[in-house]
Amino acid sequence: MKFGVVVFPGSNCDYDCYYVLANVMRVDTVWLWHQDHDLQGCDCVILPGGFSYGDYLRTGAIARFSPIMASIRRFAQEGGLVLGICNGFQILLESGLLPGALLPNRDGRFVCRYTYLKVENTDTPFTQLFSPGEIVRIPIAHHQGNFFMSSSELEELKRKKQIIFRYCGPHGEENVRFNPNGSVENIAGVTSPDFRVLGMMPHPERASEALLGSEDGKKLFLSLITWLKENQGGRNRKNR
Amino acid sequence: MKYRGKIIVVLKEGVFDPQGVTIRNALHTLGYGEVGEVKTGKFFEVMMEEENLELARKRIQEMCDQLLVNPVIERYSFEVGVEQ
Repeated sequence: MKFGVVVFPGSNCDYDCYYVLANVMRVDTVWLWHQDHDLQGCDCVILPGGFSYGDYLRTGAIARFSPIMASIRRFAQEGGLVLGICNGFQILLESGLLPGALLPNRDGRFVCRYTYLKVENTDTPFTQLFSPGEIVRIPIAHHQGNFFMSSSELEELKRKKQIIFRYCGPHGEENVRFNPNGSVENIAGVTSPDFRVLGMMPHPERASEALLGSEDGKKLFLSLITWLKENQGGRNRKNR
Repeated sequence: MKYRGKIIVVLKEGVFDPQGVTIRNALHTLGYGEVGEVKTGKFFEVMMEEENLELARKRIQEMCDQLLVNPVIERYSFEVGVEQ
């Protein structure tokens, strides 16, 4: 089983992801350089947070055309696991690997703090170890995390159970007070229709050790590792 | 022939524009109470060498569709002129 963390010019949460996978989860982890095409046999690819290409034009808009993204697109089409965190989520949206778009935060501010999330769908490789409706505490840090899509697309997203995380209060309250950025229906993370590509604004890698104030994010990585073990490293993807 | 394309990208109707709202509020504070709405957007100027105007227009449209505009939230308009 092998994990790959993509390094774009401007990635700044890449080492955090690498550290959590290699040192906390103790799984084989490699760097994937944005100008390479080779995914080095990885079973799961992570697009980390940061400011790829300076956030110029639109966040994620230029990273989408990095050579590695063509390989990641093929990998995703074959059923490979792809996780995009924060700027990684923005890149997945700009790539069209996930539906919707991200707008600047409702209040026009950069928001950096812990949020509570409700796990909406546990029937995915990313969330299978969570309980349905479980409330977790994972931090956010972004200026452009206001998830947007048209109401007809939103209905489709709900019907296919592609909403994975919603912002909420400590007891699961879903109202505007607990929505840090103005996202439609408090959405914090969504998947592709086949549940193999997940994008989320909160940073699970920053909540993977008790020392940092929360270990809730660790369960996401553990879910992935468990899923890959159960599915022979995901290498029989095409036969699924 | 040298051409200069001027491209304006704005948010689609119904997409919330926090910058626009903040600027409107600042204008109100300064006494410009007549301002109802402010929309922000992006402006690109593209200098290019092309065979003719028609081709220049076509290429700019492709640039917008591929990179400069996110069609989920934005719309665009542009004009192209001969560069002296």
